Amino acid sequence: MAAAPADIDALIALMARLPGLGPRSARRAVLHLVKRRSTLLLPLAEAMQDVARTARDCVLCGNLGTEDLCAICTDDRRRTGQICVVEDVEDLWAMERSGAFRGRYHVLGGTLSALRQIGPDELRLPLLESRLGPEGVTEVILALGATVDGQTTAHYIADRLSGRGVSVTTLAQGVPVGGELDYLDEGTIGAALRARRAV
Amino acid sequence: MSGARLSTLALSDFRSHARARLELGRGTVAIWGANGAGKTNLLEAVSFLSPGRGLRGATAAEVARRGGSGGWRIAALFQTPEAVREVETGALPGEPRSVRLDGKAAIQTDLAHLVPVLWVVPAMDRLWTEGAEGRRRFLDRAAMSLIPDHAEAALAYDKALRERNRLLREGARDPHWYAALEARMASAGARLAENRATTLTALAAAQDRAETGFPAADLAIVYPEGAAPDTEAALAAALEGGRRADMAAGRTLTGPHRADLEAVWAAKGVPARDCSTGEQKALLLSLVLANARALAARGRPPLLLLDEVAAHLDAHRRAALYAELDALGLQAFLTGTEPGLFAGLGASVQCWEATEAGGVTTLAETAAP
Ligand SMILES: Nc1ncnc2c1ncn2[C@@H]1O[C@H](COP(=O)(O)OP(=O)(O)OP(=O)(O)O)[C@@H](O)[C@H]1O
Ligand SMILES: [Mg+2]
Ligand SMILES: [Zn+2]
Repeated sequence: MAAAPADIDALIALMARLPGLGPRSARRAVLHLVKRRSTLLLPLAEAMQDVARTARDCVLCGNLGTEDLCAICTDDRRRTGQICVVEDVEDLWAMERSGAFRGRYHVLGGTLSALRQIGPDELRLPLLESRLGPEGVTEVILALGATVDGQTTAHYIADRLSGRGVSVTTLAQGVPVGGELDYLDEGTIGAALRARRAV
Repeated sequence: MSGARLSTLALSDFRSHARARLELGRGTVAIWGANGAGKTNLLEAVSFLSPGRGLRGATAAEVARRGGSGGWRIAALFQTPEAVREVETGALPGEPRSVRLDGKAAIQTDLAHLVPVLWVVPAMDRLWTEGAEGRRRFLDRAAMSLIPDHAEAALAYDKALRERNRLLREGARDPHWYAALEARMASAGARLAENRATTLTALAAAQDRAETGFPAADLAIVYPEGAAPDTEAALAAALEGGRRADMAAGRTLTGPHRADLEAVWAAKGVPARDCSTGEQKALLLSLVLANARALAARGRPPLLLLDEVAAHLDAHRRAALYAELDALGLQAFLTGTEPGLFAGLGASVQCWEATEAGGVTTLAETAAP
């Protein structure tokens, strides 16, 4: 028998699908919200509706924004000839917080894996290739994870871009990146970027 | 004794153990009781203090106690010369196994760095007569005990291999994708091959030096196709060159995943698979003891799990085993149906009787036999 009304149960079930939350922590979070309906639950619901209405993936780089092109892709000062390739938007955010990188990004949205049925086309790789000429790209910096999938993806991109007139580099070895970028402090990201090496 | 010593082991809802707590001294642990009492289950719990699926190759869901909450937990304290280390592993209902080291989230391969765990179980009686996979796993477990990083190399190789096999089965043609996976396989595979070779050398040396009542074995790593490429460059080249044949076969035909361990009873020149059942068991035990000696000499004595070993040895070999355990000063866990089997283990042995009622095991400490 359910202890909570059906609509609250439904909310708990949805919350439990969030990363880091299980059934138990979802129940706690929902109870917390419901107890603070006017100060927390309503503002949260409104903010979620706003974001659901306005959020867009940048058609070029995959970053999150509110227009077809994100703020970085429309900023000419960031047309430095460098593109940093990351797995996910959270990695892009971590790089941005570090302030160490002034170029543009390309968000893959995952890593290559036949077992998970993620191929090059699912990773927006053809799009990366099509950006090289128009954006005057001279260097592609790979900031991908130390996992087998991350390293396979890095190797794959380097291989595919060879002969395209761009240098392909990767962040200094030993620095965990890709989903883990988020845990690094700004100085470490900057140092890894300066110590990058050719693939 | 250097290395890590298991001082406390606590189980909840692990197999037939609803709740158990053992305070352990330095010496050998003997668990006796009737068939089905829960002796092997206890050894299995100790085997979960190392990476992988333990001595029965079980999933997290399988080891949860039937009639329990669906989750399970093993907590252990290790005394090392520097500190007390706290290991916790378990699973919530329906979730995979998680590991905590000293209260912090950790990954399974971290366990390999803390203490090596070796075992001999009745299912391994067929090790020398069945397929190569069991022997390869045995070799890799030995390698992991001596070279803790081996687990990571083995996992990385295995993952890249499964990815490549999927591409082959799907008939994928993208050469960049193959090249990327083959680069991973070549670098991890070369480490695998090197670690395995190092392990054979260490086992051979440990057998040479030993004064033991157990037979020595000559060991070799062999491949169905004869030799195998074992450097990174050679492996990468072989994989690239083999793509067409591999695609026809739907799997990768060369590489360290094809290795087999060959053992020959040195004194007689007889291959292990042609030895008698008792001789095969003696060879297996001999290798595990050599592995334990090699580890003890490196200051990392293993936890040694010997399930139903005592009952299958004649009195002479049993005495040799007990003498060896005593000399190595390591923690061994032995099981048997009779306490009398453990007479001769000396005064430092700790004994528990396992009994079963209503599907739940009770452990009671008893006097040494
Ligand atoms: N997940 C589980 N939950 C509860 N009981 C289990 C579970 N898995 C196995 N068992 C039971 O545990 C019992 C004891 O098993 P165990 O293999 O430890 O016995 P044993 O003492 O080693 O016996 P033997 O001398 O025959 O080897 C078995 O009866 C088995 O059915
Ligand atoms: Mg048993
Ligand atoms: Zn953009």
